[in-house]
Amino acid sequence: MLLNFLEELRSAGIRASLKEHLTLLEALDSDVIERRPEEFYYLARATYVKDEGLLDRFDQVFHKVFHGVFSESGEQEYSIPEEWLRAVTEKFLTEEERAAIEQLGDWDEIMETLKKRLEEQEDRHEGGNKWIGTGGTSPFGHSGYNPAGVRIGGKSKNRRAIKVWEKREFANLDSSKELGTRNIKVALRRLRRFAREGAADELDLDATIRGTAKQGWLDIRMRPERHNAVKLLLFLDVGGSMDDHVKATEELFSAATSEFKNLEFFYFHNCLYESVWKDNSRRWNERIPTWDILHKFGHDYKIVFVGDAAMSPYEIAWPGGSVEHMNEEPGETWLKRVVDTYPAVAWLNPSSQRSWEYTQSTHMIRQIMNDRMFPLTLNGLDDAMRELSRKHG
Amino acid sequence: MTQRFTGTENYVATDDLKVAVNAAVTLRRPLLVKGEPGTGKTVLAHEIAKAIGAPLIEWGVKSTTKAQQGLYEYDAVARLRDGQLGDERVHDISNYIRKGKLWEAFTSPELPVLLIDEIDKADIEFPNDLLQELDRMEFDVYETGERIAAKERPIVVITSNNEKELPDAFLRRCFFHYIKFPDDQTMREIIDVHFPDIQRRLVTQALEVFYELREVPGLKKKPSTSELLDWLKLLLVEDMPVDVLQNRDPTKAIPPLHGALLKNEADVMLLERLAFMARRENR
Repeated sequence: MLLNFLEELRSAGIRASLKEHLTLLEALDSDVIERRPEEFYYLARATYVKDEGLLDRFDQVFHKVFHGVFSESGEQEYSIPEEWLRAVTEKFLTEEERAAIEQLGDWDEIMETLKKRLEEQEDRHEGGNKWIGTGGTSPFGHSGYNPAGVRIGGKSKNRRAIKVWEKREFANLDSSKELGTRNIKVALRRLRRFAREGAADELDLDATIRGTAKQGWLDIRMRPERHNAVKLLLFLDVGGSMDDHVKATEELFSAATSEFKNLEFFYFHNCLYESVWKDNSRRWNERIPTWDILHKFGHDYKIVFVGDAAMSPYEIAWPGGSVEHMNEEPGETWLKRVVDTYPAVAWLNPSSQRSWEYTQSTHMIRQIMNDRMFPLTLNGLDDAMRELSRKHG
Repeated sequence: MTQRFTGTENYVATDDLKVAVNAAVTLRRPLLVKGEPGTGKTVLAHEIAKAIGAPLIEWGVKSTTKAQQGLYEYDAVARLRDGQLGDERVHDISNYIRKGKLWEAFTSPELPVLLIDEIDKADIEFPNDLLQELDRMEFDVYETGERIAAKERPIVVITSNNEKELPDAFLRRCFFHYIKFPDDQTMREIIDVHFPDIQRRLVTQALEVFYELREVPGLKKKPSTSELLDWLKLLLVEDMPVDVLQNRDPTKAIPPLHGALLKNEADVMLLERLAFMARRENR
């Protein structure tokens, strides 16, 4: 049972391992929890899930695997024949009332709700499925059947344990989750170049010993701490054919922003022209001339383009080729200016490497970049970072 | 360890939190706590320590914190200086080794609770560097060749604000709990615990204002539990009449004493703008 659970978790994308599994067994063994399904759910959750973004998935898997199990052991599960339900509603409701309820939703749905409510209610009553008629067990006696809405069964105070995960409280955390950025960060680390900058507040032991030996008195030498000194300009292609790659680009971007202190990013569309922008919602009002960028950021900045390089060749080679505006100089000229200004340039292409040779524009850009185009995969990123961190003479 | 953590008189713990804490305490695995800022992550460690009567050792992590600092630091400068002055202490290297928080926790005479606060503030390698130490609860001091091992595994609570992701290998060794924002019922319990004789009506009104405020789209920092408690304290101190909260009309979107709830100038401006717009519509 538990192994099956582990397997289901893994296939749902929760990376639980044998280690967690053993921990769970150990916890069960040492009686950490009282033997209640609810507590078991909490314990399993704390053991297997390490990321709030995955909590919702866990709830779903838990429901799938343990559905009905807990009711077998301990609580009795009631399966209520549909005819009974139908009979009951017919008995208690007039034709008009039924029609009114039917308007509120699918009949089957209402039946389903009714069934659930009944199930919920059963465990509050003394034994048994003789729920029609006899003292207090009638589900309809409790709160009645209201034509204005199906309110069968009162709001149960002691919610059944199963309901805790059925509530799926963490559903909205799932989408906000960025996946895989850690891998990207690790790849980006290759680009780190540590340099000493800033206030001298770290003891340089070697220099101190050397100095002391030379001077004959204690000669403390300090030096600045090491920082990641890499400066990065990121140019991101947005819109059009890039829409398919938004996720990969966002991951790269969120990893890069947390990894580099000196990071500037700009957006462009398809090809680089005379201006770029920083805020996509205000792309038409707040444009930054590309010349300004070339002048402002020193040669030691490293340039990374992210774009699929898929466009009409005219957009690269001809003045006025841009799909959006009249550009006086072709994109090619602008790309070449960047390549000439900055020795370290790389183009990351999120479309698959096999498709590159079928697109003429990809060819052209690759040529402009002096073959420094890399796929936006972990390996490609690794290669690109190696290329960027190469000593440029 | 037979007693179970059930929250304390100052801290309302939900069922799932209790299970997670008890599992971590019993099996002596680190407990990783995440959640919105101000939902009581750090306080949890204090309360666990209080509940089981253990001393709390706090290690606040900053962006410059290195894993090694938690173990020990070797003060070479002091030794160099003493050597210069001909101090006797210089011959024993252990005089210059300063114990870190982990060392303190391992060798504490009583079983301690070790809080590693905001682990995500540190460098991305920080958690990896502590893997072995937290797993085996022992480490070597290279300068003296000593091995420091915990007599009894301390209870470790780690908090994170999710600024950086933590490595898988590290996560595998922890229990995890995500403190979700308390619902209305839990929030009332929390308020009860902190302000036992506050007026019911004031709480109801204040909570309404509070949850409404959390719903305002575009707030940079949504107010959380700790802000609510501060705000209530202020309302009590100022002896604010209930009807000030009650008679709120949309043209005055800013709640009284809002400084306790909103910590961001931009957010206050946003609310003022909303109020202004509401006023204009009403005209």
